[in-house]
Amino acid sequence: MDEALLPEGVKRCSPKAFFLWTLPWAGLLAWGLLAAFLVLLKGLNQTNMSNIFAFALWIVFDLAVIALGAGAFFTGFLTYIIGKKELRDIINAAVIIGFICYSGAIAMLAIDIGQPIRGWFIFWHANVHSMLTEVSFCITAYFCVLIIEYIPLILENRKLNEIRDFSVFGHNMHHIMALFAATGTFLSFFHQGSLGGVYGVLYARPFAYRWEFYIWPTTFFLFVFSAIASGPAFTILCTKLAEAITRKRLVPKNVYQLLGKICGWLLAGYMVLKIADTLAWIFDIAPRAGLSFMDFYKEGPYGVWLLVAEIIACGVVPAIILIVPKYRENEQLLILGCLLNCTGIVLNRFVFTVVTLAVPVMPFDRFWSYLPSWQEWGIALALLGYGFLVFSFSYRYLPVFPKEKELNPAT
Amino acid sequence: MKEEQGKYKYGMVINLDKCTGCGTCMVACASENNVGVRVDESDKERSIAWMQLYQITNGKAFPHTEVCYFPRPCMHCHHHTPCVSVCPPTATEMDYHTGIVSQIYTRCIGCRYCQAACPYHARYFNWWDGYGLIKPFSKGLERGLSPEVSPRMRGVVEKCTFCHHRLMRAKSKAYAEDRSELEEGEYITACTEACPVQAITFGDLNNPKHRVSQLSKSPYAFRLLERLGTDPKVYYISTKDWVRRKADNFLPEEFRPVTKATG
Repeated sequence: MDEALLPEGVKRCSPKAFFLWTLPWAGLLAWGLLAAFLVLLKGLNQTNMSNIFAFALWIVFDLAVIALGAGAFFTGFLTYIIGKKELRDIINAAVIIGFICYSGAIAMLAIDIGQPIRGWFIFWHANVHSMLTEVSFCITAYFCVLIIEYIPLILENRKLNEIRDFSVFGHNMHHIMALFAATGTFLSFFHQGSLGGVYGVLYARPFAYRWEFYIWPTTFFLFVFSAIASGPAFTILCTKLAEAITRKRLVPKNVYQLLGKICGWLLAGYMVLKIADTLAWIFDIAPRAGLSFMDFYKEGPYGVWLLVAEIIACGVVPAIILIVPKYRENEQLLILGCLLNCTGIVLNRFVFTVVTLAVPVMPFDRFWSYLPSWQEWGIALALLGYGFLVFSFSYRYLPVFPKEKELNPAT
Repeated sequence: MKEEQGKYKYGMVINLDKCTGCGTCMVACASENNVGVRVDESDKERSIAWMQLYQITNGKAFPHTEVCYFPRPCMHCHHHTPCVSVCPPTATEMDYHTGIVSQIYTRCIGCRYCQAACPYHARYFNWWDGYGLIKPFSKGLERGLSPEVSPRMRGVVEKCTFCHHRLMRAKSKAYAEDRSELEEGEYITACTEACPVQAITFGDLNNPKHRVSQLSKSPYAFRLLERLGTDPKVYYISTKDWVRRKADNFLPEEFRPVTKATG
């Protein structure tokens, strides 16, 4: 039925099977849309957020997907700026994942603010001292870059490519992609960093506060580092998942190995800095505020185990797995390493968002708890449904993986 | 009336030894400032109280138990005001002429970053539209609104303004009487006025003649979470060491009782 739209020389499932595959994801998306409608109509009272948990599940999701979506800019940087040509085999997937993550995050942020209609005030009445202003500017600009990077791929659709103007336009855009890769790298560096800065500057919250290097708190650099260490790992995971679902080889093994190795070394570097930063926080920031390390963990479910899980289980362990060639070349271990790597970064974003707010600062204040409402889960999980849909449609109708034909010769 | 930069620094001293925890300050504040109410106010994590009252105890068992009530308005932090620097659309700012930290409700986008930045929980988000304030569902409650304070819409953050409208009113009166300076007591907040035991003193911390300025220099005066460096303009007085100890975080051996501090 839709054969004319499918990329040439590759095998795709029947339209019926594809339709059935999209149903659960469309269901998730519908749940999210219903929740979004309720939130926009009735307000943020539809969530379980409170004056204590001003940031909650959505911000954790936002920060997590933006970090995991860093694979787009970093793979672009490695491909076009550093010149790792073999990564061209995975760059399209990285761009699509980045596009999904960023568009989803922006949509969630728009719902998360109390007065969405005033969202543009951030740009119009910008407070240049606010890290969130920097985040908003860079994310918006970078999202435009992602659209520019995604368009040539869309234009490569068999039918669209038959239109000469589209074909020429797409071809020309490929030539200037290095420029956009550089722009994306610059913008991403700043918004990944300023997302870390959002917490690091909270000097009245000793749990999150870090010292500043010039105007940037250390979390600025740690967030950049952790994003580039986990983003490509997420790209690997998504591609591996696509391979498992389609039961095909989509990307040559050496590409996974190269990206995995880069992730491993970056994660190791990040861990060194993270451990140093944590020690400095324990021995300098906390005592200055009259607090000892254990004061942060004395109430509620958020214990020291979070730190151990983040640094050891989801930091040092995956770094070793991804660095040592023997482990990395084992496919299961490679996936485990990437999974732990991404989990660690999500955990880090969770800790900075939720635990920062949960830990009381006033000595006589109590510990408050929070569990998301179904509307919050709906909107957060809609991102997953939306992601699967965009990726599935892209995979079906666009030549996402240049080596797919070569790796899966027609039988 | 030419004002110098930072000429006035309005602040408050709350004597905790006098406070009985009656809550009049909270009621007076809410009534004065058109703080929205709901049918069910039991969800304290979402209710709005510009002036919040905490009850603290010394943690000792009977008969040594002692209780103290801790009224907490906005601290109007003077140094690098945590909530001001983080606000993306510049919806909140500190007026350097008065030291008052204000909130522009129609500018606020409701991102709540300021709430995350404030360690005192002094900022409140409007999770609902104000109950009974919007026609045609108003049920007559709008007749109780103060015309001097704008009611807030859903989705924005609000906070104690040190009854800023009262400053405007006092300044207008002084201007009409051809005066350039306000007398002490001419501008005080609603909570100050309402407190039945006069536990709250309000005035200009920069003016050594003002009682608030003198009280703030008492050896028993302290501020909430002073070590964080926010430089709050709300001072507390208590002769009880355990109360002072509860107002900030101290590592073992760090806390110095007032008796020792004053010799």
